[in-house]
Amino acid sequence: MNLDTLIFIISAVVAVFGGTMMIAQRNPVLSVMYLILSLVAQAVLYVQLGALFLGAILIIVYSGAILVLFLFVIMLLNLRGTEDLGHGSQPISRFTKFVLSILFVFELIAVVKTGFIRSESPIGMMTTVAEDFGSVKAVATLLFTKYVYPFELAGILLLAAIVGAVVMTRDSQRGDSLRIGSAPDSQAPDIEQETGGEQ
Amino acid sequence: MITLSAYVIVAIVLFGIGTIGVLISRNLIILFMSVELMLNAANLTLIAFSRAMNVLDGHVFVFLVLTIAAAEAAVGLAMVITLFRNRETINIDRYDLLKW
Repeated sequence: MNLDTLIFIISAVVAVFGGTMMIAQRNPVLSVMYLILSLVAQAVLYVQLGALFLGAILIIVYSGAILVLFLFVIMLLNLRGTEDLGHGSQPISRFTKFVLSILFVFELIAVVKTGFIRSESPIGMMTTVAEDFGSVKAVATLLFTKYVYPFELAGILLLAAIVGAVVMTRDSQRGDSLRIGSAPDSQAPDIEQETGGEQ
Repeated sequence: MITLSAYVIVAIVLFGIGTIGVLISRNLIILFMSVELMLNAANLTLIAFSRAMNVLDGHVFVFLVLTIAAAEAAVGLAMVITLFRNRETINIDRYDLLKW
């Protein structure tokens, strides 16, 4: 067993362990921590596959920004994991759902093993690819030439997400004109005025 | 040596854990994080195939998926805050106004 295989096995086990502990926790803060552990292990796998830029992005953007946003919301709502989550009457029991999910996983593995992927060629750090595979320059060149329209659309999507998050979290008692169900077009100047005023 | 199917199987197991979390979790926040885990499993598959085929297009797809995950987290957490403000709970079994 060489070092490459060892790193892969450790990262895979840590990633699966983090994911499992994430859904087993009652305390949401611990749950976020285990998800960060799983994501860092996945970033190691990314780097092993040559995706250096995306591995860095996964740690910086995902662990550093998105999961911190989760932590902010958990602390804002003051969730301690002691809430009564009850046992509501559910049409399908949790055990059935668990078994169905495991069956789903085995079905996917069977599909992979029986012919969907023919090539069992080894990949990883040892195999040779282009010199700049996965570097910032190579990814950015592709992003700004072949995929420039999806890139622009992603920018529009982010703008819509910002506006949506601001509109949804406004207090409808305080906000005089913003109510759920009103036309979004007439509200847009109002938001701009308010953010301008706060600055 | 590590084969392509080893990476894909790790991604499948992570996706399955996310599926279990979405199905059996009653905590809205944990359910939401399970969806994020499923998105990341799909990303791992894209990067593994990108390496196997020796093309960089998969990396661009992962970049766009990360963008969409960020937007989804922002909007989703805004909805969680609004729901909590109205119902004072994050138990998803209690959000049953539209149930018949």
